[in-house]
Amino acid sequence: MNIKILFFAGLREALGTGSEALALPTGIATVGALRDHLAARGEAWTALATTKNLRAAVNQHMVGAEAAVKPGDEVAFFPPVTGG
Amino acid sequence: MSVSVQEADFDAGAEIAALSAGRDDVGAVASFTGLVRADKQADAAVAARVGADETPALQGGRAKDALLAVADDAPPAVQVMTLEHYPGMTEKALEAIVDEARGRWDLYGVRVIHRVGRLVPGDRIVFVAVASAHRGEAFAACEFIMDYLKTRAPFWKKEETPDGGRWVDARESDDHAAGRWDAGK
Repeated sequence: MNIKILFFAGLREALGTGSEALALPTGIATVGALRDHLAARGEAWTALATTKNLRAAVNQHMVGAEAAVKPGDEVAFFPPVTGG
Repeated sequence: MSVSVQEADFDAGAEIAALSAGRDDVGAVASFTGLVRADKQADAAVAARVGADETPALQGGRAKDALLAVADDAPPAVQVMTLEHYPGMTEKALEAIVDEARGRWDLYGVRVIHRVGRLVPGDRIVFVAVASAHRGEAFAACEFIMDYLKTRAPFWKKEETPDGGRWVDARESDDHAAGRWDAGK
């Protein structure tokens, strides 16, 4: 079962995509590990490692890097929010 | 429906009236309306460079030079702003903030509206209104909701400038504003 990954705002633009479906790689069990896995693709994907104060959400709840990720989850990465 | 994320404008007066319609126990409604503000930094930079002590005859030519210089190193004036959000999560985050406010204060009604899409200076962008028995709770809850919204609700502003798009950076002062509500918890 895949996970759904979403990207927003400047990160979405840097990556050139707003979403992807990914079979959760073996050994990737946390948001932080998933972030590192994606950043390791290199080129534009290094934005996941270099974006200052990158935020993440799992199933639409803001979480920290230590939060668990399991098959079927919706995981989102985005820069700090600037609404209001 | 206490939370709305929408492209359409809103009628603050009608929203405020609705919070106390048909009831006689509301003693206070506090509200906040946020607007898209034009960026005056470029104009101010021009004024500073031209200088107040020069003769009017000199200022014409100098102002033109200053304008050219400013175009290189000052933030361009904001023309249009586009608001992006995370459909689904944004509504949940706003509802969670309202729930937290209801847990802290005795509130009779809450309304939060945040616009998305394309907005220009002068447009209304966000609205928060809180009804309660007394003004203290209404004022506090209204400010609390705005402070949390600024740091927890997934919205992102992109400014369209003559030089292209520019994502707005998050401000540390917003984190501090939200953080002060935790101190007395």
